[in-house]
Amino acid sequence: MSILVIAEHDNAELKGATLNTVAAAKAIGGDIDVLVAGSGCGAVGEAAAKVDGVTKVLVADNAAYEHQLAENVSKLVADLGKNYSHVLAPATTTGKNMLPRAAALLDVQPISDIVGVEGADTFKRPIYAGNVIATVQSSDAIKVISVRTTAFDAVAAEGGSAAVESVDAVEDAGVSKFVGEELAESDRPELTAAKVVISGGRGMQNGDNFELLYKVADKLGAAVGASRAAVDAGFVPNDMQVGQTGKIVAPDLYIAVGISGAIQHLAGMKDSKVIVAINKDEEAPIFSVADYGLVADLFDAVPELETKL
Amino acid sequence: MKVLVAVKRVVDYNVKVRPKADGSDVDTANVKMSINPFCEIAVEEAVRLKEKGVVSEIVAVSLGSKQCQEQIRTALALGADRGILVETDDELQPLAVAKCLKAVVDKEEPQLVILGKQSIDGDNNQTGQMLAALSGMGQGTFASEVNVEEGAVKVTREIDGGLQTVELKLPAVVTTDLRLNEPRYASLPNIMKAKKKPLDTTTPDELGVDIAPRTKTLKVEPPAERQAGIKVADVAELVEKLKSEAKVI
Repeated sequence: MSILVIAEHDNAELKGATLNTVAAAKAIGGDIDVLVAGSGCGAVGEAAAKVDGVTKVLVADNAAYEHQLAENVSKLVADLGKNYSHVLAPATTTGKNMLPRAAALLDVQPISDIVGVEGADTFKRPIYAGNVIATVQSSDAIKVISVRTTAFDAVAAEGGSAAVESVDAVEDAGVSKFVGEELAESDRPELTAAKVVISGGRGMQNGDNFELLYKVADKLGAAVGASRAAVDAGFVPNDMQVGQTGKIVAPDLYIAVGISGAIQHLAGMKDSKVIVAINKDEEAPIFSVADYGLVADLFDAVPELETKL
Repeated sequence: MKVLVAVKRVVDYNVKVRPKADGSDVDTANVKMSINPFCEIAVEEAVRLKEKGVVSEIVAVSLGSKQCQEQIRTALALGADRGILVETDDELQPLAVAKCLKAVVDKEEPQLVILGKQSIDGDNNQTGQMLAALSGMGQGTFASEVNVEEGAVKVTREIDGGLQTVELKLPAVVTTDLRLNEPRYASLPNIMKAKKKPLDTTTPDELGVDIAPRTKTLKVEPPAERQAGIKVADVAELVEKLKSEAKVI
């Protein structure tokens, strides 16, 4: 068996999600090649070559891949994928955008968001907002899979010595172009990679009050997240949303502040190691998944928490 | 221009589903069914484009059992002009749905196809991308803003670090994210009017599409239960427990 892993990167550095995806590839077993498709992404290719367990790194360096437009990258992935038994990508927005397109070009039914490997063709994945875990078996010759990164422990970023090869194929479908992007600036760790996450919900009342959470986050080296209610109310930008339709996190410690715990939110965080809930409503559903619950007004409890850390 | 909107009949998002005792499938007997929330947003966006004068006709399409007519009627009540049901009682996986939609697209030749980004039952997030691939169209997935211009559509997409804007040649495929719009409610007069709007029925066979499933569900089970937690009395106890018991800070 041979596995192609599509690297997550921003042309400058290899993202952590790639390491979790390689871990899933290891669980399947076989030679693992990594594809780095981008523009001016040589350093990413070198970083990928050092990843533990990688046999070969393919670098497709071309302006057509600069912003990883699905139309272009999926064609490349489908062409290269023909030579592999498995094609894996992390279930990030980039992976989710590109991978099903590549699968359709290969005439394959992809498997999204796997959380477990049961065999070379059998995988576990959550459905119905994580309320049900399905075990599915693929009969396709090539298995095209996106990996829920929080379900697999990252492999070491150092220690490997894979060969680096360049791929000359240039695929430009010519139907799409990049116009621009607005990325949220943050000094705190990335939400999906943080060891500690503190999230606020509607109970925060407004965006200014998130300052309380930022103070605690800075003491803990934590990332700050939010529930959909907080995002929809305009308290914080939507890339902070944790949940079924936002980001899936599984940190060591998740602190939910002023979050009731709707199933769509739980779907995004219930695999955290330890969950703490701070809520003044003792009937809130969040308490049914919390390891430690504190029934208190967050405006008293959060500042006190900050001083006690 | 013409817009095609795909809508899916799913278990209502307020229902907490459970696996059947034998683990063969999810128990959906006597459960309330609705239009998938992301599909509702797709219908709303098409209707808004029509209200802006950009779109002249909206065709709503659904695939599945006869009961999917209800979801098509909902779309018609919200402002779609006519419906197409691709009827089958067999299991449909996203690849098969994408192939059926491709056949409908070839026939209808819409300039824009709008789908939800994912259905809340299968949570696959695949169909729009696969339809775009099969049709050779550009794709604007996870859209939070859609602007149709001369021969092209600008789509602002929700990506992990923030927002990204792409420009796609028409015809194109767009999949909706939650913040694209706030769907309206169907008024009673519109629900009555929707009953008179045309709804054609076809089948995957008539479309010439092989819908044989490629994956088999071996088992469904509830996720691992979390151990029941404890309530702490105050912040001091909480910090103490996190330090000495859970050892996470």
